[in-house]
Order: sequence, then C-alpha cells, then structure tokens
Amino acid sequence: MPTKVIMPKLGESVVEGTVTAWLKEEGETIEEYEPLVEINTDKVDTEIPSSASGTLLKILVPEGETVEAGTILAWIGEPGESIPDEDQAREKEHEPQEEPVEEPAPEQPEAKQDSGRDKDLGYISPVVSRLAQEEDVDLSKVKGTGMDGRITKKDVLNYLEERKEEKKEVEEEPEIPIWETPADGDLFRPTELVFAQSEKEQEAPPEHKPLAEPGETLPLTSMRKRIAEHMVHSKQTAPHVTTVMEADMSRVFAHRQVSQPKAEARGVHLTYTAYFLSAIVTGLKAVPLANASWTDEGIRVHKAINLGMAVALPSGGLIVPVIERADESSLTGLARQVNDLAERARSGQLKPDEVQGGTFTLTNHGTKGSLFATPVINQPQSGILGTGIIQKRPVVVNDAIAIRPMVYLSFTFDHRVLDGASADTFLAHVVHALENWPLA
Amino acid sequence: MTLSNALKKEMFWVMLLARRLDERAWVLHRQGKIAFHISGIGQEAAQVGAVYAIKKGKDWLVPYYRDLAMLIAMGMTPSEFVMSLLGKAPDPTSGARQMPSHFSMRHANVVSHSAPVATQSPHASGIGLGIKMDGGDAVVLTTIGEGATSQGEWYEAVNFAAVHKLPVIFLVENNQYAISVPQEKQMAVNSAADKACGLGLPGIKVDGTRVFEVYEAILEAVEKARNGEGATVIEAKMYRLTPHSSDDDDRSYRTREEVEKHKKQDPIILAKEALIDEGLLTEEEYEELDQKAKDEVDEAVKAGNEAPYPKGEDAATPVYAEEVNHG
Amino acid sequence: MAEINLVEAIRQAMDEEMERDENVFVIGEDVGVRGGVFRATVGLFDKYGEERVIDSPLAELTIVGVGIGAALYGKRPICEIQFADFIYPAFNQIVSEAAKMVYRSDGAWFVPMVIRAPYGGGIGGGLYHSQSVEAFFAHVPGLKVVIPSNPYDAKGLLKSAVRDPNPVMFFEPKKGYRLIKGEVPEDEEYTIPIGPAKVTREGRDLSVFAYGMMHHYALQAAETVAEEGIDVEVVDLRTLYPVDRETILESVRKTSKALIVHEDNLTGGYGGEIAATIAEWGFMDLDAPVRRLAGPDVPAVPFSHPMQEWFMVNPDKIADAIRDLAAF
Repeated sequence: MPTKVIMPKLGESVVEGTVTAWLKEEGETIEEYEPLVEINTDKVDTEIPSSASGTLLKILVPEGETVEAGTILAWIGEPGESIPDEDQAREKEHEPQEEPVEEPAPEQPEAKQDSGRDKDLGYISPVVSRLAQEEDVDLSKVKGTGMDGRITKKDVLNYLEERKEEKKEVEEEPEIPIWETPADGDLFRPTELVFAQSEKEQEAPPEHKPLAEPGETLPLTSMRKRIAEHMVHSKQTAPHVTTVMEADMSRVFAHRQVSQPKAEARGVHLTYTAYFLSAIVTGLKAVPLANASWTDEGIRVHKAINLGMAVALPSGGLIVPVIERADESSLTGLARQVNDLAERARSGQLKPDEVQGGTFTLTNHGTKGSLFATPVINQPQSGILGTGIIQKRPVVVNDAIAIRPMVYLSFTFDHRVLDGASADTFLAHVVHALENWPLA
Repeated sequence: MTLSNALKKEMFWVMLLARRLDERAWVLHRQGKIAFHISGIGQEAAQVGAVYAIKKGKDWLVPYYRDLAMLIAMGMTPSEFVMSLLGKAPDPTSGARQMPSHFSMRHANVVSHSAPVATQSPHASGIGLGIKMDGGDAVVLTTIGEGATSQGEWYEAVNFAAVHKLPVIFLVENNQYAISVPQEKQMAVNSAADKACGLGLPGIKVDGTRVFEVYEAILEAVEKARNGEGATVIEAKMYRLTPHSSDDDDRSYRTREEVEKHKKQDPIILAKEALIDEGLLTEEEYEELDQKAKDEVDEAVKAGNEAPYPKGEDAATPVYAEEVNHG
Repeated sequence: MAEINLVEAIRQAMDEEMERDENVFVIGEDVGVRGGVFRATVGLFDKYGEERVIDSPLAELTIVGVGIGAALYGKRPICEIQFADFIYPAFNQIVSEAAKMVYRSDGAWFVPMVIRAPYGGGIGGGLYHSQSVEAFFAHVPGLKVVIPSNPYDAKGLLKSAVRDPNPVMFFEPKKGYRLIKGEVPEDEEYTIPIGPAKVTREGRDLSVFAYGMMHHYALQAAETVAEEGIDVEVVDLRTLYPVDRETILESVRKTSKALIVHEDNLTGGYGGEIAATIAEWGFMDLDAPVRRLAGPDVPAVPFSHPMQEWFMVNPDKIADAIRDLAAF
C-alpha cells in the first residue's frame, strides 16, 4: 500500500500552499523524514519531510502550483506498486485513521504519540478554546481530566506550565546552532555590518535590476498576496502615527566591543538587533500599553512580551519570527534567538508557531541607508519600532560638537491604543536604555 | 378677604389666555402638527380661582393633567406649554420626556405628576406631613378628577391627611365624565365631597364654573389648613366641554344637546359677564384682551416651531439624582 | 468591636442616621410604640417621638406614597413594609412614581427615600410571609436595590441608603435577623457604598454569586466542599441594582465557572441577569455552563415544614450544586 504525501495545514488560518521545489524526482528513493518537497504558504516557507521510506512513485502537484491544504502531493511506495485512483484517494483523505503528514517537532518528541488531528476532543469550553488560540496549544496534546475526559481550563494551564518548563530546558542546553553571517543585502542583517559600513565611505547603492520587462505582469506569490493583504488590512484597521527620536549608540557600541568576543566564544553572534530588542523590552515594561491589542471589548494589554523581528527573505518578501517572552531572556539569550530565528527564516525552516503570537515588532530598515521610516503595524499589535542606519554624525554634547554613532528610531503606533504622550514616553525609555547602556 | 378689582381682572385674563392656548392646541392637533392634547376647557374657573387662594412660591401645588389654566396662573408661559406640545427640547416640565400637560415647575413648588390617576394624592399628604413636621404654615393644594376619586390611592391620601390633620386641600374637579363614564357610575354619592365625611374631614361643594366662588371656598379651606385645623375636600363641579383628549370622540357617549346646554355655562362667559356687571370690563376691553391672548399664543407657537428637538441620546439621562448637574 | 445580630445592626443604622439628620424619619406599621414586629425600630419611638417614628395606617400604599411626598418636600423617609410580601399595593408608587421622578422632571425633582422590607422564607411564614421580591424591583431604572448579608454590611449600607438622593429598596433577609451575627465597630462611624459587590471568600475552582441569606449559606457550603478539595470563591452581590459587573466578571475570569444562588424562584429571577451578564461579557472565560440554583417555580413558599424545606435552598443543596459544577 503506497503512502501519500499531502499539503499540510501549517497554522490555524492557513488554507493553501504552493509547491516551490521538489527535492526528489519520480523514481528516486527516499528515507522517512528526508526532505522531499519545499512548500510556501502565507505564513511560512518550509520543507516537507517524507512520510515514508521508499520510492517517489508519482508527483501529482507540479512546482509552482498552489493547492488546498490536504491535497495529495505525491505517492511513495515500492517500485512498480500501483497508485490508488484519485477519486478513491480523495475519499480516503477523510478517513480518520489515515496518518496525515506532519512536520516533525523535534523538541517535543512525546507529541507524536498523541497527535492526530481527527481525534475527538470532546466538549471544548469557551475559555479552553481561547487559551488554545492565545497560547497556540494543540489541544490534541492535552490530556483531559474533566467530565467524560473533557479538556478543562486547568488541564490547559497545566500543559502550558509543562511546556514552559520544557522550553527552559531547551534554552539551557549548550547545543546552539552556530550563527552564520547572512548574505549582504538582507533587510535584517547584523547591524555591525551596517555600522562598519558607515565608517567607510558610503558605497553607491547597488544598481536596481529590473525583475521584469516594462509592462510585464509579475505573478503573485502567495506570500506577496498575503503581505499585501496584511498591509492593507493594517492600514485600514489602525490609525497609524509615527514618532521619531534619535539615540546615541556610543555606550552600546562600547559594550559590544567588549562583549562580542566573549559571546562569539560561546557561539553567539551579538548583533545590534539584540540591543534594540532589549531596549524595547525596557520600554514596554515602562509603558505596558505599547504591548497591547485593540479589541472591541477593550484594550487587551498583553502580559507576555513576545517580540517579532522582520526578516527579509533571499527569495523576496519578508517574514516575522517571534521571540517569545523576550523579557525573560538576557542580552546574550536574545542574540542567540535572533541568530537562530533569522537563520531558519532565511532557510525556510521556521515552524508555524514561531511566526505567531507576537505582541510588538522590530524592523531594521537601515541596512540600505534608510534614516527613518514609517513602518506598518503588524496586526493585531499596537506598535512597531523601525531602526535606521547607525551613522556617525556630529552632535552637540555639552555645547561642543562631538562625533557620535547615532540612530533614528521610528516608532509607529496605533492611535486607538496609544496617544502621542504615552507613545513618546515609551520611545524615550528605549532611547534612554540605549544611551545609558551599562558598560561591560 | 375680598379680591381687588385688579386681581379679578388678572384672574379673568389668565382664564382667557389659558382658553385660547387650549383651543390652539386642538387646532394644532387637527392640523397634524402635534400628536396629543388633553384639554381643560370648561375647568378654568375652578383652576384659576383655586390658585389665587394660595401663596405662589410658598404653598405647594400637586396638580393633574387637566390643569393648564392652573399652571398658567402659577406662572407657566404659553411658549413653555407649546414646547411640551411639540416635544421640543426647551420644555421645562420634563425636557420633553413626558406627554404634554404632565406638569412640573420646581421653582414654583409645582410637583411633577404622572398619568395613572390618583398617584399624586399621597404625595400631597406627604408634603403636608413634611410641612407639619417642620412646624411650617405652608399649605398643599392637590387636584384630581371625580373619576379618580374611585382609586384607593385617593382615599388613602385623604385618610392619612385627616388622621394627621395635615394642611392639604384636596380639590376634586368634577367635570362629570371620566373619559366616557359618567359620575353616577363612579360613585353612589351625589358629590365627591360627600366622601369626606366617612374619612373624618370636611367636604365642601362649590360651583366650579364661577371663578370667584371657587376662590372664596378654597381660601377658607386654605386658612383653616394654615391655622393647623387640617385638611379639606372640596368638589368644584363643572362640565368637560371637549372630548377627553384629542384621541377621543365624545359623540359616542353624550348628546350634542347636552354639550350645547353646558356651553351656556362656560366659565369664561360667566366671568366676563360678572366683570361687565361689576363695571370692571367693557366689550372693547374684552376684545383687546382677547386679541392680546391670541397674539401671545401666536408668539408661543412661533417660538415652539423654531425651537430644536432634543437629541435622541438626551434620553439616556438623568435616571438618578447624581446624574443631575446641580451647577 | 462588638458582636451584634443583623436586626440590631439595622436598628443602629436608623438610630445613628436619625441622630445625624433631623429630616430622617421612620414610617410603617407598628414601628412606633411596638418597635416593629421584628423589633427593628425598638427604642426609636422613645428617643425621637411620634412625629419622627410614625405608626402609619395599615396601608402600604400610604406608607410609600406619603413617603414620596415627604421626600419631595425635603425629608428623608425610611418606609418600613412589614413583610416584603405586602409591598404590592405600593408597587405603583414605587415603580411609577419614585423610580421615574428624576427622569420625568428632567432632574428637577428627587425622591431620597429608603423602603425597608424583610424578605425570604424558611421561617414557617407560608405563602405571604416568605416571599422574595427583589427581581421585580431590580428591573426598574431609577431604583437602587440593596440586600445585605451580615450585620457589618447591613449597617453601613443602610446608612448609605438613607443618605442616597434616590429611592433605595433595602431588602433584609429576615431569617438571618437573629441568626446572623457579626462584628460591628462600636464607636466608629462608617458607611458602605451602594454598588460594589464583595469577594467574601477567595477561591480558584468556581465562583458562587449570592446575596442575603443565600450568601450566608454559600459561605457555609464553600467550607464544606473545601474539605473535599474544592476551592470556592464566594461573591456577595450586596447591591443588585446597579449591579457590580466588574467584580462578577473578574471572578469569572479567575475561576471560569459560575454558580448563582437565590431563594426567589428560578424563572425571571435575578440570577438570570447575572447569568446573562456572564454569558455576554465573560463567555470566553467560561469553562462550564453558567448554573443557577434557585427556588422552584411554584407560587410561593408553603407553610408545612416538609414542603417548606423542599422549597428552600439550603447549604446542602448549594454544596451539591458546587460539586456538580466542579466536576464538569
């Protein structure tokens, strides 16, 4: 009996995906869990590992085609084995006992036994449903202790507690992927390169190479479409206001000079991004209203500080992986997560839950020399901080002109949630944190 | 106390103004410009006579919905009344929340009342109780139709005032009909004043079409009340010359002949004749007064038309005293 | 601090308010020489005289209607309805007159008055000495509805009610008049604001919302089930109108399960309003359906003891309802 490979549903709202590349050809052999196909959805780009060992018998969905989640992409089996015809196969898709193809979750090996999307979860109460959504809990992994095995609120809270413990363990493990310097031209790249660049003569910006002939229509990738939807939705939803301040980065620069070699020795690349994230945490703690979401019932102020960071992708577009509970990480911890998420974002290996649940976003638009910008809020968040290029500029210090590494910080906020005064208070805290960084 | 000539003419003027205003309300209703009117035509003598027997601003008035002439006598202006007819924002009685003719004038001690009948009577006794507790010499005048004296609320109110010898005058404006139901179906006694004897207080009857007679009767009761001698029930009998309200058609329950007969006893005509007989008024003066009344009503309607409606959301408050801006 | 019972707390509140403000007076049946059938006005007649402690005619409409008039004049009447069951003759005056006065006069007239009435069953009072009438009045904007559950609250809330510029319905759980005792400061003046509910027992597993006698019972039931490991939060609503939605919803956010208890019958009872409040604004915090425990839908509490016990909500019935909800 051949095994089918289906388009997975990568996240709550994801309904379709595009096959970007087949990594095996028909007739090639493949091991279970070996990458088989690359797909692109509006939330993530990822590799689909093979659901069985065997021969790739038949590819049903060619590269470039977008199909609904659940669609059979290919069949794997013994050479010469016959493939069920499509109608039959479609019926079978809905059989509950069929094992769907799932992305492996290496940190949670125990999850595999319980997983199974079609498991009957019983009565799900409103609060359980809400918690599951807010905390991104797969309820099929939660053991129910209520009436008739119902999953109670307590069960979910216990599960979250356990998950938190596990995450901590993972974090504390010394095995950390080594940071690789990303290619030049990335939107989100280590700011040190930018900084170094600013000390040199400004290079002419690279020639813009047109992607298409004039008048040609570029096909819309699902990511492009999704970005467009998100941007339009955000602008239509929230009244955007941008406020700009500048920060003297001298002390951050000095701190990093000393700390970078030590961090490097522990396999961590200490980027300016980490400093910015850390300063944002300080600001959000001082003004919790900046870490909030507008709802019709009221302004929901988030307890957790989950920071998204916009990462440009080599193939175009961008993605915003999230550092959960950024306030619980040290500077090095933040740097380590920045390294890891940026790396995996660029190689398309982010997991769906790593791009969800952000409460505030950082975007570095300074890589190509932008001074300040008016970033668009990542809904349903209320604020996004844009960092410009770090440049040595003459500034007046104690009535004397000094040369200092300066950066403009552009803070766009949702005026429904924040007013000018509270927004500026937040931004002033960020500036203060950067300018008064304790020396290492 | 005899009335001065000037006061007599003033009382007649108030009756005439109230009559022209009341008539205009009917016209506005038939023109489709207002939704509702409840009339006091035929009751002006009793109402004006009673008010001139109390001290405005010191004494209290707890009226019912037919007391337009009474309110004019208390100082309500025609334009204030038109505001309530039209449901306009400046209506001082209720901010246009209540239907027209549901009066209230706090600055003149005129208490707000509702539409269910006789509910105001116990309030009058309660005010009388308050006056007595404070040792004051103010009195309370409260009015009611003869039909509403069938309500337990009226008996309870009169009984309490009688038990505690409160300074309250219960004036029954017996206009002989409660909408369509005649007096003989309301009570087995000849007069609502006869009900008083069973409650232990005086019950007085007076011709309600003759303003100066009503004045004298009420004044006597007021003086007794002021002297601590307790409450009185007074029935002033007259005839309701119009249907019950703008929504009523009285042809279904009484003959035109009956109405025509009573129109000869119209209190305005009777008062006019009395003043002319006494040499206090000439036909020319009457014509002038009448024109003046019509002009004032014209002005009032003009002011009402120009006034704004309340905003829908004005209906949200005030529900509780703390929502009222006392500034 | 001295330990006193509920009815003594009420008596003290009236005494202190009459002492404080000479406009305050008491009117009702047998409130004078007799000191009230429940002895709530004992001593007031001797202290303040018959002018301020008025034995009314045997007519509830009179008590309230005259009270309204006196309030319009500027007095501060405390009207006693001997049993809440007898309040209906005064219903028109309360609902049509007192409640609507501010609104219908666009704020010109106020009715600062308190209507006190003992309510509730379990005392062998049969159909007409046992009724709970709060739901009728908690439907009426313009009224405030207060039900205390203990001496300390009763005294502080009644003093606030007397000082309130609006008509306040003050229903007293008569079964608790002598049964419920508590500490009340002797020499220290205090009031409790009308409006806020009170969390009287903190817990994590579920919330019980109650008032009056049922609040007293709910605390007892919570102690019983605590021994079984069920951690109950108890909220004393204290003011039914205007209701303290914030405290209710905060408790539901915490426990995600709600049980509402009252002895009035179920259908159209006050618990429906609390349940609706939770459903409307607390839905996404719920881990179980909202439950109501209330008197059965029969016309009133029967006289004979076994039937009365069948009717009445008691600590055992509350404990059972808690166990059911906790197990969900």
